[in-house]
Amino acid sequence: MATKSVSQSPWMNVRTTMRQPVVAGALLVAYILAALLILSNLDRGSLWFPLYSTLAFPALVLSPFIILASPVRTPLKVILVALLLFVAIPYLGMRDSSYLELIIQICIFAGLALGLNIVVGFAGLLDLGYIAFFAVGAYTWAMFTSQANTVFNINGWLVSGAAFYGFIFLGVVVAAVVGILLGLPVLRLRGDYLAIVTLGFGEMIRVIANNLDKPINFTNGSQGLFDVGRPPVPPLLYNSVVGAEAMLGFPIANATPLSQQLLFYFIAIGIIALIIIVARRLDNSPIGRAWTAIREDEVAAIAMGVPLVRMKLMAFAMGASFAGAIGVLYGAKQTFVSPESFSLIQSISILAMVIVGGIGGIRGALFGAVIVTLLNLLVLKNLSLQINALRNVDFIVPIINFHIRDWPTQLEPAKYERLIFGLLLIVMMIFRPAGLLPEPRRKMELLEAKGEEPVTVTAENPVVTAQPDAGKA
Amino acid sequence: MTIILDVRDLTKKFGGLTAVNNVTIGIEERSISAIIGPNGAGKTTLFNLLTGIYKPDSGTMLFNGRSLIGLRPDQVNAAGMARTFQSIRLFPGMTVLENVMVGMHSRLNISLPATLLRTPGFQIQEKKVKQKASDLLRFVGLAGKGDEVSRNLPYGDQRRIEIARALASDPKLILLDEPTAGMNPQESAAAMGLFRRVRDELGITVVLIEHDMKVVMGISEHITVLDYGQKIAEGTPADIRANPRVIEAYLGRRAAGTTEQEVSAEVEL
Repeated sequence: MATKSVSQSPWMNVRTTMRQPVVAGALLVAYILAALLILSNLDRGSLWFPLYSTLAFPALVLSPFIILASPVRTPLKVILVALLLFVAIPYLGMRDSSYLELIIQICIFAGLALGLNIVVGFAGLLDLGYIAFFAVGAYTWAMFTSQANTVFNINGWLVSGAAFYGFIFLGVVVAAVVGILLGLPVLRLRGDYLAIVTLGFGEMIRVIANNLDKPINFTNGSQGLFDVGRPPVPPLLYNSVVGAEAMLGFPIANATPLSQQLLFYFIAIGIIALIIIVARRLDNSPIGRAWTAIREDEVAAIAMGVPLVRMKLMAFAMGASFAGAIGVLYGAKQTFVSPESFSLIQSISILAMVIVGGIGGIRGALFGAVIVTLLNLLVLKNLSLQINALRNVDFIVPIINFHIRDWPTQLEPAKYERLIFGLLLIVMMIFRPAGLLPEPRRKMELLEAKGEEPVTVTAENPVVTAQPDAGKA
Repeated sequence: MTIILDVRDLTKKFGGLTAVNNVTIGIEERSISAIIGPNGAGKTTLFNLLTGIYKPDSGTMLFNGRSLIGLRPDQVNAAGMARTFQSIRLFPGMTVLENVMVGMHSRLNISLPATLLRTPGFQIQEKKVKQKASDLLRFVGLAGKGDEVSRNLPYGDQRRIEIARALASDPKLILLDEPTAGMNPQESAAAMGLFRRVRDELGITVVLIEHDMKVVMGISEHITVLDYGQKIAEGTPADIRANPRVIEAYLGRRAAGTTEQEVSAEVEL
């Protein structure tokens, strides 16, 4: 016993010290700065660049979650997150805009995951066609601004890029209306049946987009809508970018595309912040309680006076409207919208984000979106790049004497994206069925479904300790 | 006394099986009534018909002067008839308080803009909802347990939560489906006290399905007996005890000396 306590105490001391808000705050700042500095000073030409950026970039992007889980006081958390979002990331974007591009992608998926989380996580309606509402938003903007030879262009119905903000609102409304129209016939179904029918509706929207070029050309069919409009960059933003670049002594890169990217980044952050507020307010209201009730026991819910169809429609429409707003942003950012972007696999990816992160929780959905997007767009791709770079210099792994050029090209990680992703999901479902950042209530429901002995929330704390949340307690 | 629930010639068929056959029942306002009968007699089906979970094939149901035919379960709840379930159907992952708060849904003013803007009206309503839910928990004897997750509470407490949740919609009539099933005699006695208080203090009409004859005979003012979907008898506990058809339905195959306790024990199996 004595030896044990002696060997434990230094570590315990370190832990207690780290729990001190001041120490934790300092560590956080050091951590973020280190990640930022490493990332912004990496040399793209160097041999190990892909590996280093694969390590440093997720470290930076995941830091908001670490900040939120840390024991520092709430105002400090807000300041740190704000500094990260409005100083650190724009700074990184000026150094290397490809990171900014990646972050915007993450934001888009995060918004979609948050929206789907309302439908699947809050109300428990398995929607496999969620991407359709994203498509509705993207097409709403693209049809009215694309230079493609559509009926809008021919008749001069196009709007200018300045209408973008109004169209975000329009995207919300149109997607919500489509959500209600699809929901009305569908929402009388439950569980598996609902999943199949939503899957069908999701495909229908894609097929309609694919075929609505004849007899009247609305969507330009499979060729897609190109040269989609973008919101004009406010002069203030452009001037700040030019000024910041001059001040920081960067070689002035092309400030116009950079400020455009930054504009999308800030819009994305704004939309996500709004979605988070809306989702939190809904969750903590009679509407959210009714959704939870429906999810946990539909018959009991309706017998207690919860109008099932109306509440389900509301969940469907809310989720759809978020996807609509994000879709407008996506259309403008990509400047190209085609049916291929809205395939079933995208719906499944978003669902996977929600599940990986922790279904039913806002932080979980965000976390899942970041993890899965990083995995798909950065980690696996960079590992392949790294292997290729090593192959080109004929790198030999020391000790085992393995020539990287002997690594078969068929075994590149990027080619196995779906395989690795699938394996990850299987492992997750076995070891952490409630997700990486689980919602306590969802965990209770899982236990209930498995028919296990009731466990009190406090008794579950050992599980919770494994997560960063534990710091709050 | 006025009749609050007037059921006439109600029939429900499932394929070839007539689960409820031409049943006519009148429930007096502010009474405590019981519906008894052997397993499979159609008691729970009758509750499901009343609350809109099943649609009757024929017959009429008037509640408080209003027809219940064609109403959805949530509309029946809003009309003032609440219920509990034979097998407890709480929302297992929600806290005790939240369970009761859901029960108030039909009495709330639910507006999406108000929810998103957190208007003063919304906040006042939320406060009232919380207050009323904790008052109801105190009423059923679960004061201070509001923040516990409902599935973690013992069985008897879960039955009480179900009653509090049903009371949350300010019903005029409450249907209790085997509310003391699985309880020991002490718990049953306490539950009977609670049912009386629901009627005496809140003025709510109580209708219960029950197998425990001690509860049935001890609390009901009026008993209706169903067998094979048909009403075979009704009256006061004394009438029912003496009714030969009831004894036949319950004890038919049994020796005449079987006590009520043994009967109820067998029925619960």
